[in-house]
Parts: sequence; structure tokens; C-alpha cells
Amino acid sequence: MNSLILKIAVRILYPVMLLVSLLVLFRGHHLPGGGFIGGLIAASAILFKTFVEGTENTERIMYIKPFILIVSGLSAAFIAAVIPLLSGMGFFQGLWADFYLPVIGKPGTPLLFDIGVYMLVPGVISQIVFSIGD
Amino acid sequence: MKVPWIAAGNISFESYKWAEALNISLQFNLDGLSFLFSLLISGIGVFVVIYGGSYLSGDKDLPKFYSYLFLFMGSMLGVVLSDNIFALFIFWELTSLSSYLLIGFRYNYESTRKAALQALLVTGTGGLALMAGLILISSAAGSANISVWMESGFTLADSKHLHLILVLILLGAFTKSAQFPFHFWLPNAMVAPTPVSAYLHSATMVKAGVYLIARLNPIWMGTTEWSTALVIGGGITMLTGAVWALFQSDLKKILAYTTISALGIMILMVGTGTPKAIQAGMVFLFAHALYKGGLFLVAGNVTHSTGTRDVTFISGLFRKMPFTGTAAALTSLSMAGFPLFIGFLGKELLYEAALSGWLSFLITPAIVFTGVIFASIALLLGWRVFFMKNTELVYEKVHEVSTGMYIGPLLLGVAGLLTGLLPGMSVEGFLSRASYSVSEAAGLLDMHLWHGFNIVLLLSMLTLLMGWLLYIFSGKRDIDKYILAIPERYGPEAVYESSWKKLLHVADLLIRFIQSGYLRFYIMTILITLIVLILFPVFYYQLFNVNLSLEGVESYEFILGALVFISIFFTVRAVSRLAAIAILGVAGYGIAIFFAIYGAPDLSMTQFLVETLTVVIFVFVLYKLPGYLKLSPGIHRLRDSIIAVTGGGTIAFVMLLITNYPLVSELKLFFSENSYLVAKGRNIVNVILVDFRALDTLGEITVLGIAAIGVFAMMKLRLSKKEK
Repeated sequence: MNSLILKIAVRILYPVMLLVSLLVLFRGHHLPGGGFIGGLIAASAILFKTFVEGTENTERIMYIKPFILIVSGLSAAFIAAVIPLLSGMGFFQGLWADFYLPVIGKPGTPLLFDIGVYMLVPGVISQIVFSIGD
Repeated sequence: MKVPWIAAGNISFESYKWAEALNISLQFNLDGLSFLFSLLISGIGVFVVIYGGSYLSGDKDLPKFYSYLFLFMGSMLGVVLSDNIFALFIFWELTSLSSYLLIGFRYNYESTRKAALQALLVTGTGGLALMAGLILISSAAGSANISVWMESGFTLADSKHLHLILVLILLGAFTKSAQFPFHFWLPNAMVAPTPVSAYLHSATMVKAGVYLIARLNPIWMGTTEWSTALVIGGGITMLTGAVWALFQSDLKKILAYTTISALGIMILMVGTGTPKAIQAGMVFLFAHALYKGGLFLVAGNVTHSTGTRDVTFISGLFRKMPFTGTAAALTSLSMAGFPLFIGFLGKELLYEAALSGWLSFLITPAIVFTGVIFASIALLLGWRVFFMKNTELVYEKVHEVSTGMYIGPLLLGVAGLLTGLLPGMSVEGFLSRASYSVSEAAGLLDMHLWHGFNIVLLLSMLTLLMGWLLYIFSGKRDIDKYILAIPERYGPEAVYESSWKKLLHVADLLIRFIQSGYLRFYIMTILITLIVLILFPVFYYQLFNVNLSLEGVESYEFILGALVFISIFFTVRAVSRLAAIAILGVAGYGIAIFFAIYGAPDLSMTQFLVETLTVVIFVFVLYKLPGYLKLSPGIHRLRDSIIAVTGGGTIAFVMLLITNYPLVSELKLFFSENSYLVAKGRNIVNVILVDFRALDTLGEITVLGIAAIGVFAMMKLRLSKKEK
């Protein structure tokens, strides 16, 4: 689409939306938000970019390709489920560190799981859009 | 070696915990019967493993062959050692599966795949019946462990499900052991590599049914139904197998049909049930495994060397293949029941049991008749193929096979001779114990080569003589193809074939009905199901007292509601897809605002984002779609709108109904109490998603990933079609 306003807006909004999506992901454990919503925001950012740049260019500028996002998201979620198993706890039992990190908060396997969801959602949506839009 | 220890009547135990909640434990007991089978499985297994290495040497699939073979060996040992019947059943099914893989080893031939599938379906159907039967027995006995049944002297004699259990168990055992009318899969399974036929389809797996019947024999004690069914089933199988073997000219098929017949004899003997018959059954089982395993391997060598499996084209191979020839002579002498061999001892016992047993006047001639056919076939395989000179057929390239291929049958043949010569020092002990496991009444075996001149010896000699005559008169075996086709055309196999075709046909119809390929029909199905499921209890319990008062509804809620309603109206009236989807997005936003008002920010955010993304993705799809046309006739539109309105109305109605009841949910309490304490998060929705119900989320994101891959694949496939 050849709208100048949209082009400029996306140039500014794209990084902001990605940052916001990260923020939403990390605050999600205590406040509204979380991996799924964060992932949807990130997906909208990518879709915006696609409107302006077209599918091929967008796919090229993505550091992590959609398939890699899907696979690593699923793997992260699965690893989060398996880690507690290795330390003698139940499948998917939450395992938490005993220190805090700035912004992120207390790291733990549920957070890893949420990050997995966060990666998968934009991966799925951009993969579908790139496949259809080709 | 534990042979003397087992022979002294000891039982070895080994137990591991498994799924205790399901009453399944891995308890392995080694008593006489299990020992007999384990010995055959691991003993013949050794030769088959050595043989397989040479038979398939240079084949790139050899590692696969070995992994399937050991999978089978392990499962088969599991079947004969498991004390817990459910563990036994699991191993039983594993043998069917590994048999499927082994029959279908040369999967690039259609006939191979078909035979493998047939064997799997026939034994698998029997397996299902068996499972039902085992569940019934275990609930009647109050335990799933065979040893417990034996100790408590449990019998099914006064069970009210006696006949049902009988049918189910026999279905399982008869399909597995290729008994009439389920025998047809076994000759077809001969497409498997020869070591597989020797091992699975003659020496071990097909004997699993015999094992099961022998193992369960004590709990049927005193029921005529059991013995009658076994005697009839075993008897018919014995005769049909033997007669059909006579009409075959394919080496492996001859062996397959005689195996069917031999399995029938074993089941007949267990059914006869006298101490002598049980002993005869066990000795014959042992002898049969030795000679039939050996003969199959010999057949494999002959085919390997000459390139044909048709006996009418093979003769006088001994000078070219002396070791294989010796092995063939030893094993076929045992098969014929020639004195000095274990096969002779087995047959003497069979005749003795038949003479003193139930229905002696019928069974004795039948067994002698089968013995005659066995003797003539033994002559065919041992004499004609290797020793008869025939100048017409000259094989120049025939050569002796490698050591690995003749050592197995040769040693099996020698074993048949040694155990026949010295039964007291070798097999008598554990075969006695095996018989004891089948029936406590079976006393100790006393095996001698020489019983003095009696009617049994007379019958034995008569069998050999008549077998020789039959061999001479059965001639060249160029039997009319029409006769050979009879069982295929009218027998149980035809029933199998037609029911298989009918099953596919019904599945086809069903698929066409439920998988129409039109999205609108899927949505209709979902909606109608929903409506019926929701409205049924509403009408059943007469729940119609809906509260329709508008008290407490705020003015902005009215405005929002109106907005949603108006956008729905325009969605339906829209003349372009883009307009429809955009206006529908307005309705979605309206609902999202409702969520926000009622304190569900997470849900509201998700709804906003999903609505947005849906519209955007739809824009991409729009390019690919043809123009917006009103193709569907008015009557369809009427139908669709009725379904849509009913669906929406139903949901609205139920919502109104629910508000009549206090909204107290224990789950809500649980989550709000434990969210922070247990899961260290204050956002309940997020904690549910990533912690309490994380497994659900994992399932959902997996579905999402698969959907993405599916879309990608669909578009790619379409493109490549265009490129063509």
C-alpha cells in the first residue's frame, strides 16, 4: 500500500509495538497481559509491516523466521514442562528461582512457558499470512 | 542351565511394578510350560538370527530386519512369561505388530503389504476379542494374575458368562494360531522373508494361541464346552490343513498348511484333555518346532540356490548341496515320524492318546490320516527335492549356501535326532513339567523308543507305509488350478475379502457424509449439535423461567448492545466481503468493550487483538477469492438464517437462564486462593494459562503450530501444481 502516512507511522510504531508486546509478556504474571496477548501484539506489528513492505520484504527483515519462531516456541513450552520432571517434580509443576530480575521479575518455568507461547503466536500468524500473501 | 531345576517342579519368579492403578504388573513366572516355550523362542531364535544375517547379507534393510526380529523375540518371551494377563495381552498384541512389520518387510510389493495387513487385521480382531475375554475372566476371578488363579483353584465352571468367555478367548487363540476358519492369513504370510516364516509362522508366534489355550486349560476343567470346542476346532483345522498341504506345489505354502494342521493337532490334544493327550500335545509341540523350523530354513536355502519355490521344478539337489540336504533328511525324517527321531516319539504319544481318549473311533483315524499326509510330504521335501534323480531338470548354478544358512537347520535336525534317541537325558523332565502346568492330572512322562509290539507301533509303521504310497501316487502335483482357487473363492478368505471391501465402502460413504469439504456444512453441523445438546436438557427439565427484567442495566450498556446489534444487521446486508468482515469486526469490538466493563481485561485485550488480526488476515485472503456472488438460492439462505438465529437464540436463552442461579464456583475460589500462594502470580487468567492448565495451553499452541504448517503446505502444493 502506498500511503505515506501509513509508511511513516509503521516505521515508528513497529519497534514500539514490539517493545510493548515484550512489556505485556513480562508483566502478565501479575497484571493483565501475558504471552498470548503479547504475542498477538507482536503479530499485529508484523502484519502492519507487511502492509507497507509486502510479504517478501517483511519475511526478509525478520531476524527469526516464522518457522523457527513456531518450532522454538513449542520447544520452549515443552522444555518448561520437562525441566521440573528432571528435578524430581511433576510434569509442568512450576519451578521458580529465588531471585528477582529487573523488568522480568522472578524467573521460573511458567515464565519460560509463557515466552514459548509469545514466540509461537506471531510465528503462526506471520507464517499463515506469508503463505497466503505470496 | 536351569533345566533340572525346572524339571524338578520349581518356578522362578521375577516381578516389577508397572501400572498398578490398572492392575497391571510385570510379573514373570518361569514354570514348565513357560520354560518349554522360552526354550523354543530363544533356541530357535539363535539359529534364525544367524540365518537371517546370511540370508539378507548385503541388504540395506538388514538392521531394520534385526530390530523387528528382536522386538518380536522380546514380545514373544513376554507372552509366555507374563503372569499378569493384561501384560500378557500387551505382549500378545506386540507380537502381532512385529509380525506385521516382518511380513511386510519387502513393503515395495503390493501383495506383501496386503498379506501383512491381512495378518494384522485377522490377529488384531482376535486380539480385541481376547481382551474382552480376559477382562471378563479377571473380573470373575477377582485377580489378573494367572498364578493366583492356579493357587486358589479358580474355575470358570459355574461362571454365568461361560459361553461368552469361551467364544472370546477362542477367537483370540484361533486367529493367532491360524485355526480354521481363520487359517487363511498364514499361507499368505509366506511372502515374508524365510527366516521370519521359520520363526514366527511355524515355530513360535502361531503357537501363542496354543500356549494361551494350554495356559488357561486348568480354569476350564470340567466344562464340556471347552473340550468340545477345542476338539472340533482343532480337528477340522488338522484335517483341512493336511489336505490342502497335499494340493500345494509352493515349498513354503506346503509347509504353511502342514503348520496349520500341526497347530490343529496341538489344540485337539489339549481339548481331549486326558493326561496322555496333554503329554502328547507338549511333546508334539516341541518336536514340531524343531523339525518345522528346520524345514523352513531348508526351503529358504533351496529357493536361495535355485531361485524357485515350486517343488515340481526341483529335484536331486543333494550332490550340489550336501549340508542342506543332510539337514533336510534329518528334519523330514522327524516330520514323518521315523523311529529314532523326536517326531516318532511325538507321534507314538499322539496315537496312544487318541486311542485311549475321547471319541477315539473318530479321532484316531483322523490323526492317522494326518500322519500319513505328513509322511508323504516329508518324503516330498526330504527325498524328492534332494535325492531323486531327474535328468530333465538340471541346475547348473546351484551351489551350497553359506555356513550361516545351513548350520541352523542342520543343528535343528541333529537336535531332533538326539532328543529322540535320549529323551530321558534331555527333554523328558521339562516336558513333564510343561504337561503338569497344563493339567495337574498329567503325570510324569515316560518316553521310550521301544514300547514293544503293540497297536501304536503298528499304526506308526502303517502310517509310514501309507505315506510312502501316497507320495508315489500323488505324482507330479500338477493339480488343476481350479481346485486351488476353491478356498480363495468360496472359503473364509472370500468372506474376509468381501467384508474388507464393504468396510472400505462404508467408510467411504461415512467420509463423504461427515467430511463434505464445505465449511458451511461443518459450521451447520457444529451449530445444530450445539442447539440439540443445549435445548434437550432445557426441555427435559422444563427450565423456562427466564428473568427478562431490564433492572440494573446501565445506559451505556444499552448503547453498546445497540451498536453490536446494528453491526450484525449490516454484516448480513453487506454486499461485499470486505464490508461484511469489517462491520463484523465492529460487533467484535463491542463485545470486547463488554468484557472490559465487566472486569475481564485479559479477555478484552485478546478479543480486540483477535478481531483486528482477523480482519487484516482476511484482507490478504480476499485477493485470492473470486468476486462476491449471491449464488445460494433463497431456500438455502432461509435454512442458514434459521439455523443461525436458533443457534444465537439458544445461547442467549441459556445465558439468561444461568443468571437465575447463584454464580458460586469452587474453581473460582480455588484459583483466587491459590494463584499467588502456589503459583506466585496475581493475574489469575495468566496463571491458569501457564501453570494450572498449562497442559491445555501446550495442546492449543501445538494445534496452532500445526495449523500454520497446514496452511503453508496447502499453498505450496497448489503452487507446485500450477508450476506443472
